[in-house]
Amino acid sequence: MLYREAGQFKTNYAEDMAIFPIRQDRIALAILLGIAFIGVPLLASFRIWPFRTDYLLWAILLPFLILALAAVGTNILVGYCGQISLGSGAFMAIGAYSAYKLATGVHIPLAWLGFAIAIPPLPVLASILLGGLMAACAGILFGIPSLRIKGLYLAVATLAAQFFFDWAFLRLPWFTNYAPSGSVNAPELDFFGMIVRTPVERYLLCLLFVTVMAVLAKNLVRGNLGRQWMAIRDMDIAAELIGIRPLYAKLTAFAVSSFIIGVAGALWAFVYLGSWEPLAFSIDRSLELLFMVIIGGLGSIMGSFIGAAFILIMPIMLNVIPAELGLPLSTQTITHLQFIIFGSLICYLLIKEPHGFARLISIGKEKLRLWPFPY
Amino acid sequence: MIALGQFLEVLIGGLMSGVLYSLVALGFVLIFKASGVFNYAQGAMVLLAGLALVRALDLLVANGLPLWVAVVLAIGFAAVIMAATAWLIERLVIGPLVNQDALTLFMSTIGVTFVIEGAAEMIFGSDVYPLRLFPTDAWFLFEGLFPGGILVNKLDVWGALIAGVLVAGLAVFFQRTKTGRALRAVADDHLAAHSIGIPISWIWFVVWLVAGLVALVAATVWGTKLGVQFSITFLALKALPVLIIGGLTSIPGAIVGGLIVGAGEKLAEVYLGPSIGGGIEYWFAYVLALAVLLLRPQGLFGERIIERI
Repeated sequence: MLYREAGQFKTNYAEDMAIFPIRQDRIALAILLGIAFIGVPLLASFRIWPFRTDYLLWAILLPFLILALAAVGTNILVGYCGQISLGSGAFMAIGAYSAYKLATGVHIPLAWLGFAIAIPPLPVLASILLGGLMAACAGILFGIPSLRIKGLYLAVATLAAQFFFDWAFLRLPWFTNYAPSGSVNAPELDFFGMIVRTPVERYLLCLLFVTVMAVLAKNLVRGNLGRQWMAIRDMDIAAELIGIRPLYAKLTAFAVSSFIIGVAGALWAFVYLGSWEPLAFSIDRSLELLFMVIIGGLGSIMGSFIGAAFILIMPIMLNVIPAELGLPLSTQTITHLQFIIFGSLICYLLIKEPHGFARLISIGKEKLRLWPFPY
Repeated sequence: MIALGQFLEVLIGGLMSGVLYSLVALGFVLIFKASGVFNYAQGAMVLLAGLALVRALDLLVANGLPLWVAVVLAIGFAAVIMAATAWLIERLVIGPLVNQDALTLFMSTIGVTFVIEGAAEMIFGSDVYPLRLFPTDAWFLFEGLFPGGILVNKLDVWGALIAGVLVAGLAVFFQRTKTGRALRAVADDHLAAHSIGIPISWIWFVVWLVAGLVALVAATVWGTKLGVQFSITFLALKALPVLIIGGLTSIPGAIVGGLIVGAGEKLAEVYLGPSIGGGIEYWFAYVLALAVLLLRPQGLFGERIIERI
């Protein structure tokens, strides 16, 4: 009844090519954005339920937004271009550490040439975006093997990136500005004179980044480039035969994906963590991102958000539920139970719906179109 | 002479520890060959086997059984646990996911990893349990030739021996037994094997069982080396470059890949490490694997990857 596109005629090309051709989708999205941009900050600043404390904002919404952004990046590479990557965590780390270096000033002594490259500290916004750009460069570099290998072999190649950068940020003191503990602190978040400090401000900042990037990504995958990626994913040989250059398509996928992941990494470090160690971007993070993408739905921007929400919130729920029920379990048992339940749920979801939540939603939409009539 | 002695010592130590990587990598190869599943859970299976073994052993010894009886019983118990695990995985996860693409199967094995890790630690405990099945002291060889001799760990020699026996046993199993031949048929072509009457789900159970038993063998050696503990699961990640270098489908490849990785990373650590900050063991194997992938995508011994349209 509610969700029916009957009567919505497309009278020009612009309407035909709109991102959301159905009016109800547009309304739903507008409501969602309204809640996210206006509702949540209002509730949070007046401390109305459920924002009595900063917990929801700080421990759930903020990481959700940033990880969803990283998942969008991962989805471009894995879901749209079909190149399996286990190195997403490393690209987040590159984004974070490059942004850190740029924001605190880069000094590369070139002793044998007799001078040093010195870049003065850059503004935070520029550092974050340039951090993404550095991640994109690294992505292109580690994407080169994808021209010869694919599938799980490529996954191991990207694993090399993961371990190499884990090591580099841990062992090479230049990256951490010779901090003795190996952990670094983010600079003050100064955006054109506005200093971002409170959770609400941080949330709005991330939301802005995520919205802009998600719209860009959505448009990119609908366009020429996205279609090239999907052609490569579906069958690379056939794509090559119809004139798509695999080199260009694959490397752009690596670049765009790593850029988004790098920006997400910089945000994760600067806005969410504040001070961090290389461990924040370990192989576990890469696997987590891959899970988000697969559970959410390969090849779906919206799926990345749902996957991120699911993977992030499920462990928290598993933590909270036994405490709420008052089960007399030791923390160790709870941790192990969490492992078991998390693993079983993943297996169950993969068996029941290998195409992820995105497929469930599109099935739901189909059902809704017919509702309340069976056909 | 000191330099040569040190070089040989590092080389031998590296080769020996490489054999231990191969033990884990073997389990991967078996499953990948027979079902095309890239089994991330192999490390968790080593942990499960090790925990089952060491806890049963401790319990039996504490109840006053002679050591050799206890060892036999504990190994039997661990083998039963691995068989049950194999059956459950085949029944509940791999069976229903048949014909899904490789990535989905890979992710499902990561799910299995979580379940095994959680269950193993919940049932058998999550401390570090020392296991003493093999001697761990050191030998000094060629003391006349080099000052101080070459230090060789006895455990590593045992590991190498066991790996050799294991590979020989697997070779005989694959070449001579009926089940082994059926396994190879399934590995070649699922559908063709199915159509001539080979029960696929039974074969997959056998494969996971064999991989579980290989994990048990790996657990005896690694458990003696490190103690049975959670960090054993990270071996799975270490075995990946071994696989890539040796080729995903080759059993001898897993051994040779292990030797190359083991020797390469120890030599690199000793001779290159000091100049660039140490700890390069951490990534050396992966970068080596990356180089091999660029030159020879199927690995040194893997079957050529042929794509049909």
